[in-house]
Amino acid sequence: MPMRASLLRHAIVLGALAAVELGCRAGLISAQLLPAPSAIAMALYGLLASGALAADIATTSRNIALASVIAVTGGIALGVAIHAVPRLRRALDPFLASYYAVPFFVFYPVFIVLFGMGDAPIVAMGALFGIVAMIIAALNGLDRVPHALLKTARLYRMGPLATALRITLPSAAPHLMTGVKLAITYCFIAVIAAEFILSSSGLGYSIAYAFNNFETLRMYAIVLLILAVSITLNGVLRAIEQAALRRRGL
Amino acid sequence: MLLANGFAQAASTARQSETAPELHLKATGVERRFARDGGELHALGPVELALRRGEFFSIIGPSGCGKSSLLDVLAGLAAPSAGGVIFEDEPVKAGATPDGIGMVFQEDASFPWLSVADNVGFGLRRQGVPAREVSERVTRALGITGLGDFASAYPAQLSGGMRQRVCIARTLVTRPRLILLDEPFGALDAQTRLIMGEQLLQLWRETGATVLLVTHALDEAAMLSDRIGVMSARPGRILDVIATGWPRERDSGVAASKRFGDITAQLWGRLRAESLKALGV
Amino acid sequence: MQTLLDRIAIVLAALLVWQGVHWLSPFALASPGATAVKIVALLQSPAFWPHAAETGRAFVYALAIAVSAGLAAGLVIGSSRTASEVMDPVLASIYGVPKVTLYPLILLVFGLGLPAKVAFGALHSFFPIALFTINGVRKLPPVYRRAASVMRLSRAQTLATIVLPAALPEIVSGLRIGVSLTLLGVLIGEMFASQRGLGFLIMTAVGVHDTQTMMAVTAMLAAVAVAMNIILLRLDSSLHRRG
Repeated sequence: MPMRASLLRHAIVLGALAAVELGCRAGLISAQLLPAPSAIAMALYGLLASGALAADIATTSRNIALASVIAVTGGIALGVAIHAVPRLRRALDPFLASYYAVPFFVFYPVFIVLFGMGDAPIVAMGALFGIVAMIIAALNGLDRVPHALLKTARLYRMGPLATALRITLPSAAPHLMTGVKLAITYCFIAVIAAEFILSSSGLGYSIAYAFNNFETLRMYAIVLLILAVSITLNGVLRAIEQAALRRRGL
Repeated sequence: MLLANGFAQAASTARQSETAPELHLKATGVERRFARDGGELHALGPVELALRRGEFFSIIGPSGCGKSSLLDVLAGLAAPSAGGVIFEDEPVKAGATPDGIGMVFQEDASFPWLSVADNVGFGLRRQGVPAREVSERVTRALGITGLGDFASAYPAQLSGGMRQRVCIARTLVTRPRLILLDEPFGALDAQTRLIMGEQLLQLWRETGATVLLVTHALDEAAMLSDRIGVMSARPGRILDVIATGWPRERDSGVAASKRFGDITAQLWGRLRAESLKALGV
Repeated sequence: MQTLLDRIAIVLAALLVWQGVHWLSPFALASPGATAVKIVALLQSPAFWPHAAETGRAFVYALAIAVSAGLAAGLVIGSSRTASEVMDPVLASIYGVPKVTLYPLILLVFGLGLPAKVAFGALHSFFPIALFTINGVRKLPPVYRRAASVMRLSRAQTLATIVLPAALPEIVSGLRIGVSLTLLGVLIGEMFASQRGLGFLIMTAVGVHDTQTMMAVTAMLAAVAVAMNIILLRLDSSLHRRG
C-alpha cells in the first residue's frame, strides 16, 4: 500500500510538471510569468556548472549550518535546564507557547539596526527562529521519560550525569530527533527569508536581486535550487525521525 | 455431527413449545475470506445461525475465531465472501444496516463532544424525529439505564461502565428489534461486568428485543443466555448450540444453581480444545 | 500566585534587557519608555489607522481563504486513506519550503497591492491548516464510523455530525498556527511589496531611522499576535481536555 501511494504521488507530481511544461510551450503561460520547467532546469544547471552561484551557495549554507548548530545545541541545553527547574518551566510556559505566534520577521529591522548588515543578523534570526522549537521538543522528550526508568537508575545508584547520559537522553532521543528536524527546517526558512528581505549576499538575496532586475529565468533557477534542497533536506530529516520513532514503537 | 446435535436440541425445544418460535435472523453459509500477501486468509465460516425472536443468544469462542467479523456481516457492516443473512424475511445487504438492528461495540463509541443526553438522542435526531419526542424517549432511555442523574454530564467525566451504558441507551432509544453486542463489557472489571450483565437482562425483558451477545467470558454467556453457540477456532464455525433453560426472570443468582456448573463445564469442554488451537499450543 | 509573580518577573527582566541595549546603543533601539509613548501617539494619530485597517483587511481575507480551503482540502483528503498517504508528504514538503521563494511568482501573478498580500498570507497558513485537519480526520476512532454505519447515517451526515466534531481539537491546533502564519505572511508582503499597511510603516520607519515608530508598531503587532494566540490556546486546551 505505501508503494502504491508513493507511485501515485510521483505520478501526480510528474503529471503536474508535464502540464505546466505543456502550458508554457503552448504559450498559455507567458515566459515573463513562468518559464518552462525544462528551461528553468537548464538554466540552473548552467549556473551551477559555471560556478556563478558558488559564493551565494557557500554563504547561505554557512548561515544555515551555523544557525542550526546554535539552535540545536542551545535548544537542547536550555531545554534540559528549564526541565530541571520546574518553577522556571511553569513561569516560562505561556511565553514558549506564544513564541511562534509573534510575526517574527517584523523584528528583522531591529536586528539589522543592532548588528548592521552582513551575516550576523541573518544567523541570529535563523537561530532564534529554530531554537524554541528545539526547546519545546526537548521538554516534551524529557517529560516522556518513563518514571520506571528513572526509578531503575536510582536503584542502580546512578549519579545525575550518568542518569542523564545513559537513561534520560537515550529515552528522549526520538523526540529530540523531532526537535532537530523542526529546528533545522525553521533555520532554513528563516535564513532564506532574512536574506531575501534585507541582505546583500546569499541565495535569498540573489532571488530578490534577480527579481528586481527582471532576470526572471535566473530567479526561477535559484528558486528551483532552494525548493530542491529544501524538499530533499526535509525528506531526509523526516525519514531519520520516522525511523527513530518507529524503532521505539511510537 | 456436532452441529446436528445443536440443531436437534433446538428442534426438540421447538417441538415442545406450543407454537413454533418465530425465526428472527438466519445466517446461512456465511464465510469471510481476506486477501493476504501470497494467498488468502479464511477468517470465518461457514457459519449457520438461527435466532428466534425475543431470545437471548450468546456466542462464545476463542480469540481470533471471527466472532466480531460475524457480527459485522449480520449488521450489514461488511459483505460476506459466501453465504447470506436474512433478517425479518429480508436479505441483509452490505453497506445498508436494516432498520430495526442496533449494535453496541467493544470500544467506547460515545461522542466526547456531546453530553450524555445529546449522545443518547443522536440517532433519533439524525432520523428527523421531532424534538419533543426525542426528549421524551431520551429521558426514558436514561431512566432505564440508570443514567438519569447524568443527562448533562460529558463522557469524559464518566467511568468506562457508564460510557458503555450511554452507548447502550443510545442503541435502545431507537427501539431496535435485534440488538447485537460485540464484547461490550470486555474493557470492564469483573464486578462491573456482573452488574452490567444484570442490567442487560432487565433491558432485554423490558424491550422484548432479540439479543445476540458475543463474549469470551464463559460465565457471562452461561448466566445471561437462553442459548449459547460455541464457535471453533479460526476459521470460526458454530460447533454446538447449548440451551440453558433459564426462566425469563433470571439474574446473576442462577450462578448458584447446579445447572450453571453443568453448563459451564459443558461449554469449557467444547471450548478448551478450540482455545488451545487458537493459542497455537 | 508564585507563578504569576515569576512571569511578571520575567517580563520585567526582558524590559530591563531592552532598556540596557538602548543604553548601549541609543540610536539603534528606542527605549521601552519612548516606545510606549510612541504607541499612544500612534493610536491617536489619524495617519496610523488607515495602515492598520489595510493590514487588518488583508489578514481577514487571507485567513478566510486559508481556513475554508484548508478545511475543505483536509476533510476531503483525510477521509480517504489513499489520498492521505499520497498527499500528506506533498503538503508537508511544501510546508517546509521557505515561502519567500514563491513570493516573486505571486507578485508576477497578482502585481503589487492587496491581492498579493492576501495571497502571501493564505499561502503561509493553508498548509498547516490542511495538514492538521487531515491528521484530525485520520485519528478518528474506527468505532465511530461503525457506529455511524449502524445508525444508518449518510456520508454527509457522518462528516458533519461525527468526523468534524471529533477532529475539532486537531483542527483548532492547526488554526492557531494558521492565524499566526497568516499575519506573518501579510506583514512580510507589506514589508517589501506594498505602499500601505503596518509592515510598510515599519520599513519606512527603518528607512528614516525612526526607531521609535519602528519599535512601537512592532510591539503592537507582537501584542495583538500573542493575544490572538492565547485565546486560541485556551480553546485548544479546553477542546483537548474534553476529548
